[in-house]
Amino acid sequence: MHLDAKIPSGPLEKKWDRHRLEMKLVNPANKRKFDVIVVGSGLAGASAAATLGELGYKVQCFCFQDSPRRAHSIAAQGGINAAKNYQNDGDSIYRLFHDTIKGGDFRGREANTYRLAQLSVNIIDQCVAQGVPFAREYGGLLANRSFGGAQVSRTFYARGQTGQQLLVGAYQALCRQIAAGTVRMYPRTEMLNLVLVEDQAKGIVVRDLISGEITSHAADAVVLATGGYSNVFYLSTNARGCNVTAAYRAYKKGAAFANPCYTQIHPTCIPVSGEHQSKLTLMSESLRNDGRVWVSKKRGDKRQPHQIPEPERDYYLERKYPSFGNLAPRDISSRAAKEVCDEGRGVGPSGLGVYLDFADAIKRLSEDRIRERYGNLFEMYETITGENAYKTPMRIFPALHYTMGGLWVDYNLMSNLPGLFVLGEANFSDHGANRLGASALMQGLADGYFVLPYTIGNYFASTKPLKPAVSRPEFKAAEEETRNLTNRLLSIRGKRTTTSFHRELGKLLWDKCGMARNEAGLEEALKRIPALRQEFWENLTVTGENGEFNQALEYAGRVADYMEFAELLCTDALSRRESCGGHFRTEFQTDEGEARRDDENFSFVSAWEFQGVDKAPVLHKEPLVYEEVKMTQRSYK
Amino acid sequence: MNLCLKVWRQKYGKTPGAFREYRAKNVIPDMSFLEMLDVVNEDLAERGEDPIAFDSDCREGICGACSLVINGVPHGGHEGTATCQLHMRHFHDGQTIMIEPWRARAFPPVKDLVVDRSAFDRIIQAGGFVSVSTGGTPDANALPIPKVDQELAMDAAACIGCGACVAACKNASAMLFVSAKIGHLGLLPQGKVEKNRRALNMVEAMDAEGFGSCSVTGSCEAVCPKKINLSFISKMNGDYLLATLGF
Repeated sequence: MHLDAKIPSGPLEKKWDRHRLEMKLVNPANKRKFDVIVVGSGLAGASAAATLGELGYKVQCFCFQDSPRRAHSIAAQGGINAAKNYQNDGDSIYRLFHDTIKGGDFRGREANTYRLAQLSVNIIDQCVAQGVPFAREYGGLLANRSFGGAQVSRTFYARGQTGQQLLVGAYQALCRQIAAGTVRMYPRTEMLNLVLVEDQAKGIVVRDLISGEITSHAADAVVLATGGYSNVFYLSTNARGCNVTAAYRAYKKGAAFANPCYTQIHPTCIPVSGEHQSKLTLMSESLRNDGRVWVSKKRGDKRQPHQIPEPERDYYLERKYPSFGNLAPRDISSRAAKEVCDEGRGVGPSGLGVYLDFADAIKRLSEDRIRERYGNLFEMYETITGENAYKTPMRIFPALHYTMGGLWVDYNLMSNLPGLFVLGEANFSDHGANRLGASALMQGLADGYFVLPYTIGNYFASTKPLKPAVSRPEFKAAEEETRNLTNRLLSIRGKRTTTSFHRELGKLLWDKCGMARNEAGLEEALKRIPALRQEFWENLTVTGENGEFNQALEYAGRVADYMEFAELLCTDALSRRESCGGHFRTEFQTDEGEARRDDENFSFVSAWEFQGVDKAPVLHKEPLVYEEVKMTQRSYK
Repeated sequence: MNLCLKVWRQKYGKTPGAFREYRAKNVIPDMSFLEMLDVVNEDLAERGEDPIAFDSDCREGICGACSLVINGVPHGGHEGTATCQLHMRHFHDGQTIMIEPWRARAFPPVKDLVVDRSAFDRIIQAGGFVSVSTGGTPDANALPIPKVDQELAMDAAACIGCGACVAACKNASAMLFVSAKIGHLGLLPQGKVEKNRRALNMVEAMDAEGFGSCSVTGSCEAVCPKKINLSFISKMNGDYLLATLGF
């Protein structure tokens, strides 16, 4: 496998402009001759499908939800970053770029990250033009707030529903193209296989979730915008349907999977209440702008929060990181919460929680101002816990939230398989080992609106068009493979449900490959995962049949992939003998307990090549070369 | 607590359905309604019986996938709450709970509690957008928008497209959903340009899908998980009237 990142030459700030000039164009009249498959309809998928449709390509867009508007991007609460410098507080494209690279612990690709910061500016213009109702000041101009890990106010937001508003904007643009006939939408349709023709990605196999019918679709290029894999941990803040299947099945067809061990734990989620828990709910990190995080200084303190006087409280983020305080980056805040809980100072019935207290902010600003800023989040908290956070501090705990790893892509967002493009959370390229708050929405939209539409044209213009028919043997073989897998799942007729397997796998990963990892734990996980997988294939029970609407079957197929993917995740975590960003190895930490990077030996992207289910994958390294920034030890003190 | 559930089961969209009784045992007050159903389904799966099909995804009240009529009320009747955010602390031991799908001609059944809401997508396709393509847009701050207009537009834009408004309405009218989109876009200068065309096209699409008329009972507003205000319907009627008169 040869990994060429295809980073354009020249100074960092000129790379994208130069590349745009050098890329070949497809004649407007010829665009309709090219078919594109887009899988996923979140921010990246919907924006890409809509924009490609506007340009004149023939697009087929697939999503497993009943409507493209329900993709999980919708749940993002806090906001979207852009280097507009509307607040005149010293922001710039370069600063956003530098913050993102530094926040990613110098494990991101410099050129991609710089381009992301450049395009952030266009995204806001685009969204406003679509009618996204961003928050405004009384003068009618756009409002901003600062957000986790940033010292400038560059985050644009729409109450606590920024993801929803941006997604509705992209969805509306997509709907306009569906009406115009340039995009054909396939809701309730799940991609189950990738089809290669002459070693190029030229189609997919899908299952119609209503009829169960398995069919093929061919195109000149396949775009995956299928999100992240947090749900391999069973409990995460991701929607129930989020899964790794499309990305993982592409990996099994030869696409390299990069940095799977870079997983992000979000510091502000509502603590787990019991075994029945089906997912975790995130409270936007923007709450940390006005909330103060604390626990009691005493271990096992069972007093109610209001009974603990000020001198007996430990505002540990403010104490440890005086300049960033409660806004310290996500990985640092999460680990700090785990530490105080490990010390026996956690709060709430389970002891797995810390307080996020708004009393000071309410005193300073009034309850009404706080309600205006976070009203819906406080309501959500009350709905779930039955507690009023205006009166008593919230309880929060970290949870799996986002995955920086994903399919390997070059600067053009094309994987090592020609014709296969990967956008948004599903790729690996822009956030390094840790993503800053309000940057996921930015990346999804940058990829879909402003990067792919250019780079896919260059691909079409520089390769010989190949119009495969779905009757070709490659498609028939891929369909057969997919049907066999489905039949195999249905024919086990064992005793254990998919949920029970998924829960066991998730707990194993959370314990051994979660917030803190070490060699012994990872080796143990790597022994137990294959055993669990074997049991899965011998003792699983899936009800119903293939030829019907069968949610049990959909779920079983996704968990079957997790059973293999979990091993890849742990293999990557074991091989990266350093700590960086979301990947914290307890053996590699500074005297102060911070992540200790090893730039000399690990300044590379780990891209894994599939060899077979029970065979070790092969590691390929893409060296990370920093032409512009100087790698430093992250310090938020 | 222990509960008796009467759940609508319907194997295929075109086969007749019926209520079936299930016991939900050891329900914990902190469970969400859907987590309670997960536990029931887990029991059914272990016994090799077909689990109850229902839609859900984000489980935090924003994606709009969940869609249950609980004891006759869409989303269960707690103000501003979608089914996934309804918790079992609002029920009591020994209670019987009726669970049904959205029922409307324009939402054909798929299986059990799952219906086809693609009619909503088609209404948006008829005009629920601003006709701008990617690129070439002016600076985001080039056009100041009064905060009150933006806030009101945001109230309308909060709609999650779940369809509870249709399920609650005795006429299965989609007026609240359609008026929320028309309100959201029509209140902002970016969307005002196409206000008339949008109102005409979306209302026409709504009628073509087989949704009923509005008789202003307000049942839609009462069940809306995002508390979309009835006043958007009168605004839509105004837009539509002016559009038909050619203003």
